[in-house]
Amino acid sequence: MARKLPPVDVVLVGFGWTGAIMAQELTEEGLEVLAIERGPWRDTPSHFPTTAAQDEIRWYWRKEMFQSASRETLTFRNNRSQTALPMRRWGSFLPGEGVGGGGVHWNGQTWRFLPSDFLAASHNTARYGPMRPGMTVQDYGVTYEELEAHYDRFEKLCGIGGTAGNLKGEIHEGGNPFEGARSAEYPNPPMHMTFAQNRFEAAARELGLKPFPGPSANMTRPYVNPLGCQLAPCTYCGFCEKYGCGNYSKASPQTAILPVLMRKPNFSLKVHNEVLVVKLDSTGARATGVIHVDQNGEEYEQPADLVILCAYQLSNTRLMMLSGIGEIYNPATGEGLVGKNYCYQVMSGADVFFDDKYTNEFVGAGALGMCVDEYNGDNFDHSGLGFIGGGYISCWTTHSRPIERQRTPEGTPEWGSAWKKAVAENFLKSSNVGAHGASMAYATNYLDLDPTYTDIYGRPLMRMTFDFTPNDRAMSAFLTERVREIAGRMGAREIKLSPREGPYDSMPYQTTHNTGGTIMGTNPRNSVVNRYLQSWEVSNLFVMGAGVFPQNAGYNPTGTVAALAYWSADAIRNRYLRSPGPLVQA
Amino acid sequence: MRTARHSTAALLAGALLGDPLPARAQEAVYSQVERGRYALITGNCQGCHTAPGEAPFAGGRGLETPFGTIYTPNITFEPETGLGRWSRDDFWRAMHEGIAPDGSRLYPAFPYPHFSKMPRDEVDALYDYLATLPRVKKEKPDNELPWPLSWRFTLAAWRWLFFEPEPFVPNPQKSEAWNRGAYLVEGPAHCAGCHTEKNFAGADKPDRHLMGGQLEDWAAPDIRGGRNGGLADWSEDDIVEFLKTGRNVHTAAFSIMSEVIEFSTQHMVEADLRAIAVYLKDLEGEERRAPAEPDEAVMQAGAAIYFDNCSACHVSDGAGVPRFFAPLAGSGKVNNEDATTVIRVILEGARAVPTHVRPSPLTMPAFGWKLDDEQIAAVATYVRASWGNRGGAVSASEVADLRERLGEGLGPDR
Repeated sequence: MARKLPPVDVVLVGFGWTGAIMAQELTEEGLEVLAIERGPWRDTPSHFPTTAAQDEIRWYWRKEMFQSASRETLTFRNNRSQTALPMRRWGSFLPGEGVGGGGVHWNGQTWRFLPSDFLAASHNTARYGPMRPGMTVQDYGVTYEELEAHYDRFEKLCGIGGTAGNLKGEIHEGGNPFEGARSAEYPNPPMHMTFAQNRFEAAARELGLKPFPGPSANMTRPYVNPLGCQLAPCTYCGFCEKYGCGNYSKASPQTAILPVLMRKPNFSLKVHNEVLVVKLDSTGARATGVIHVDQNGEEYEQPADLVILCAYQLSNTRLMMLSGIGEIYNPATGEGLVGKNYCYQVMSGADVFFDDKYTNEFVGAGALGMCVDEYNGDNFDHSGLGFIGGGYISCWTTHSRPIERQRTPEGTPEWGSAWKKAVAENFLKSSNVGAHGASMAYATNYLDLDPTYTDIYGRPLMRMTFDFTPNDRAMSAFLTERVREIAGRMGAREIKLSPREGPYDSMPYQTTHNTGGTIMGTNPRNSVVNRYLQSWEVSNLFVMGAGVFPQNAGYNPTGTVAALAYWSADAIRNRYLRSPGPLVQA
Repeated sequence: MRTARHSTAALLAGALLGDPLPARAQEAVYSQVERGRYALITGNCQGCHTAPGEAPFAGGRGLETPFGTIYTPNITFEPETGLGRWSRDDFWRAMHEGIAPDGSRLYPAFPYPHFSKMPRDEVDALYDYLATLPRVKKEKPDNELPWPLSWRFTLAAWRWLFFEPEPFVPNPQKSEAWNRGAYLVEGPAHCAGCHTEKNFAGADKPDRHLMGGQLEDWAAPDIRGGRNGGLADWSEDDIVEFLKTGRNVHTAAFSIMSEVIEFSTQHMVEADLRAIAVYLKDLEGEERRAPAEPDEAVMQAGAAIYFDNCSACHVSDGAGVPRFFAPLAGSGKVNNEDATTVIRVILEGARAVPTHVRPSPLTMPAFGWKLDDEQIAAVATYVRASWGNRGGAVSASEVADLRERLGEGLGPDR
């Protein structure tokens, strides 16, 4: 029997970016907020100081930075004819765990989605006619214009470095001319580029493209954010993604919010406690709180007026399923919404090898790169191409971590002295051009509960059923050709293409941009949450994160995840608290 | 802001419920209590009279002195274990003369030689404010002092030798701000408690006033101004910013000074911080002899260690990132003749105090587990002799001694 604890106003499940944003916003409203995080407390000097941050074996290869797969993982299969098996070791994506969540180990590439990305169904149907059969793409229910101020807040919180391309409708040279109109310039200047970016930029210009610096949450100068938190200039050490930053140089909950939030008397945090279920009242229309368990197996009931799921997309979706909120999606019938529209992203690229030029990619940073956006979203005419969506193409110099990074030219053996020689020869003289492709929703890609495997508490694991779709493949093939065109003009000795071919493989790392499962939309028949991220069924339950994306755009999602959290917090502060209940009438 | 509002409300409630006085008198009580609250801030009473993690002002914090550990008493008005039975006169006598109600002498770890400069009405106001604090029952642990120091009678001799109650006398030649600064520095703020070297008996050496001191294995820097003092290169604005925010272009506060800023100076009004700056800047410092040139091989080793371990934050030329990562070039701590702080920060790391204005607890990690004594000595020597610094060489045995005293098992061999 769970021990009942004194009630709080708000309980947050999970404490990464969205948890920290929600806590900061709702404590400003005077509410008593409690965040429950299943992982440990983590702060810069204790957990990833400069003396230990760059430990490749510990953080990445032994996966100390990520969710413990020995306690809970998910099962995976490509399609319904297969039996899903547990992922016992993370590969293709790396869910975070502990205070700060994935906000500790991200690269810091901080994008806004295109205005048309939010209207993926209506915009593309109007321009190109009906969707392909099996596609379940839909509009977000919120527009870019509505989110603009919230994107702006997050960029200022994080001290994003970049160059505006569309300032209040005016196109500016040097920025991304395709972006939606922004109300303000980035708070910081762009990163310092290196040799590879200069070559990429020149090649892109030759092709008539408009290259621009990638928006970066690695600090380009000392920065004090609007909360008063200090972020220090990036040293380009090349340990961003998969690592915590020891230099206070990467925006994270730890650097950008917690110094202020943790001092507030109306905020509290419980770590090493996992929420097992969201508790509903007898009508099923109201959450009364959560049940959580500590490390000793003691269970607690935490009553709350407002429950907000702020964990990773996979965990939020699973908690909805385990709590019996909404119907789990069934691809056989098309019924049910929880778990529907699971999407990923489609990455491809080309390694670029120079003969006599040093790229020195050990001077790197998570969001140090030049990009072009001509082939993203609906920035180009898709007529006759057989797909919708796209992706940005970029030359990022994120790192040269020696265990992870061994680029070898075409025809190099996979091991032995010839392999070693090729690694050594090319280590300082290579780079990469990548395509960051969108992923459109299909009826066959989804999440549900596994019938066989359970976690340490005996609860069913999440089951992922996913493969690249016809749209993904056509889009990726198109983008990879564009990559070839740019990479081929960078003055290299040779390039080596890595197209995305064959079925989706859950092992090689691709991206931690999993989306869908608790999708947002315009009405309760097509979505789990409304445009304010509020559950249609349980109006005092809100769901954050990329799980609400109905399909995934061709950008890194954090900017949009955060903007949606601010948008939702704004609706809670200014509307919900005055009159609790559904913010959108069904 | 929230907290401030709460405490004001609590004070009002206390004043209203405690004494059924006519309306005018209530106002007087409130302003008196408010004056006491501010006096308490200027004296940083909370710093010493609070054990880490326990109820504020309930005492029990151990102060490490060269003579042993002295525990601070409970100064809430709890009657059994605190000041609840003290009269105003008792309190005045303790603050002004260092004598407890039972006639026993107080250890000068309680800085009554400074507090004796406070006027009676200020001390009374402080008494009235302390009376409003939540009362906490907490016994004071026994001091850990060797005989004969444990025998309070010896304190009579100490007082006779080193103490004469002295009210603050303004200097009519100086500005109002200077006089206010002098009162705060020499009176309630008791800066000399840390920043002045002590004699054999633990009393301030008068000719070393505010030229730096050592306590609890930290070296407190010279805080005199003029042309030669430790603050010679600081402007008045720099001093105000440091005391208000915990950092400025020269340095960041950590260790004991971080408590002073957290509980005291960040809450002081800017005019008072400026007054302190005016006074300190007017105190001429002592010219220092140049230290001997360090060994070239040690400098080379130190440079290599510096570039691998330190330069990412402190930058290759020691310039640091002002207000983020302390500059080492020109730093008072680095240039201090006493290298204790430099060695200790390398061994243990240091956290810049989070304040209302600068809430980020920017922290240097510990290197004690990563670098051995000789490496730390080399990098400390390099830092103290580069970019115009003149701190003097550090030996491996100095590092070893401090490592042992800190005794936290920091070394790679332990």
